[in-house]
Amino acid sequence: MSLLEIRNLSVAFDTSMGLFKAVDGIDIAVEAREVLAIVGESGSGKSVAMLATMGLLPDSATVTADRMSFEGRDLLAMSGSQKRRIIGKEIAMIFQEPIASLNPCFTVGFQIGEVLHQHLGLTGRAARQRSIELLELVGIRDAADKLGAFPHQMSGGQCQRVMIAMAISCNPKLLIADEPTTALDVTIQKQILDLLVQLQAETGMGLIMITHDMGVVAETADRVIVQYQGHKMEEADVLSLFENPQSNYTRALLSALPENAVGDRLPTVSDMLFEPAPGVRP
Amino acid sequence: MATTTDSAAPAKPASALGEFWYYFSVNRGAVVGLTVFVVLLIFAAFAPVLAPYAPDAQFRDALLKPPIWDAAADPRFILGTDPVGRDMLSRLIHGARFSLFIGFFVVLGALIVGVTLGVLAGYFRGWVDVVVMRVMDIILAFPPLLLALVLVAILGPGLFNAMIAIALVLQPHFARLVRAAVMAEKNREYVTAAKLSGAGHFRLMLVTILPNCLGPLIVQATLSFSNAILEAAALGFLGMGAQPPTPEWGTMLATAREFIIKAPWVVTFPGLAILVTVLAINLIGDGLRDALDPKLKRS
Repeated sequence: MSLLEIRNLSVAFDTSMGLFKAVDGIDIAVEAREVLAIVGESGSGKSVAMLATMGLLPDSATVTADRMSFEGRDLLAMSGSQKRRIIGKEIAMIFQEPIASLNPCFTVGFQIGEVLHQHLGLTGRAARQRSIELLELVGIRDAADKLGAFPHQMSGGQCQRVMIAMAISCNPKLLIADEPTTALDVTIQKQILDLLVQLQAETGMGLIMITHDMGVVAETADRVIVQYQGHKMEEADVLSLFENPQSNYTRALLSALPENAVGDRLPTVSDMLFEPAPGVRP
Repeated sequence: MATTTDSAAPAKPASALGEFWYYFSVNRGAVVGLTVFVVLLIFAAFAPVLAPYAPDAQFRDALLKPPIWDAAADPRFILGTDPVGRDMLSRLIHGARFSLFIGFFVVLGALIVGVTLGVLAGYFRGWVDVVVMRVMDIILAFPPLLLALVLVAILGPGLFNAMIAIALVLQPHFARLVRAAVMAEKNREYVTAAKLSGAGHFRLMLVTILPNCLGPLIVQATLSFSNAILEAAALGFLGMGAQPPTPEWGTMLATAREFIIKAPWVVTFPGLAILVTVLAINLIGDGLRDALDPKLKRS
């Protein structure tokens, strides 16, 4: 039985231009202890699919799915409060903008404490103790001092570490990371990715990594789903995806690298899709 | 060159209050305003001790005595006396109590009602928003003093009713401000993150979003504070606010109106008191805006 199983998920937004389908019939399944990467360019519906699963989309979105279950429990049939007990505790999520994801008005310690109180009922000394442990676990130095710091007093990397600490505070079974490194610079990206992979290996949780960076995919994932304009283009384990991509889109995506530039024109995905040049590129 | 710079230990995060004071004190005017305001507070708090006489004690032998620097002055009364022989200074000091009381409670009332309505409107949108904001628009469409007058006419004159009327007139500004701020904050990622970790509507509104809207609210509250004092004085002057012999500054102005040529000090001093108080509070509001607006902050 899969940890998270989604079948035929569609999300449509009611816009002034009419109905816009952001996700169209996507199947996603994650096993426990697995790292799944969902890749695609901007607007391919990768974040939307996950937000829909968590029930975090605005009212203008219509979400339909044949099946949506977590550890065999049907998420579609659940009431709001039942769902809230699972989401945030057993399924956690971290976002793209670490600084924006923390409430600027409260200290880091207060915000971690809030989560601990809500889901584990920890308060006072116990909560503080656990908060320090969590911050140390995600590699923040002087954890006890940092509990009193406000988000704007910390760097982006530190904020993302705090977000990860909050996400793993309840020992979730599944962690969804929505472009966790996009807003960070390269050295910090590497550290955060290493941290996520290491935590995943230690705790044995499932990890869904949403990204548009093929480098991130290669480094972290076990299995990859490639998404384009709301459709799933390909699903494969990471080695076969890079060695032997099946769909045209994946091939185009993989070869859109600066090394393949012709003159001073960089290759793009659309060249490959609509003007295939057989024999020139792998 | 041998510089002995200690490799500075990573600076401890500044306390919120320390940081606030750092930005606030940059604005000289605000510090002056705060000083004046603190002096006023002290006068109001210790009025019975500081004032030489009771506010309604009459000295029948000293009617309309000029202030101390005038040749005809009575040395007992530093700022002179009014037409019925009451000491101006004592009345002004006691009047500070009324003005600060009015300002504080009017703002508190307007704040509670306005913030509640604004948060509800901004958070739920839809029909709640439409109903609340259209009512606010209707209130805002009236000239404020006129609406306050109408309300006082319905409720009957008196300080308390005047305060209710002023609070009602000021409250839409808070509602609009909060609604706009809530709408902007509601879509931020930290709100999604809070929702994700299981916060309900009530907690999201009050604990997650509202504290982030406080900056502009505090500024608006200070400015409304001075507004409330002014309008209370205006209503008092029109005979609809505090009733004589209450030593409220606006009422003092109104009762002394006929002596403006013969004894200008009776009108000048209450007017000056209102001016100085309102100016001080507005200056504080300015400083608060500098200190609390994150866009002006560079950390």
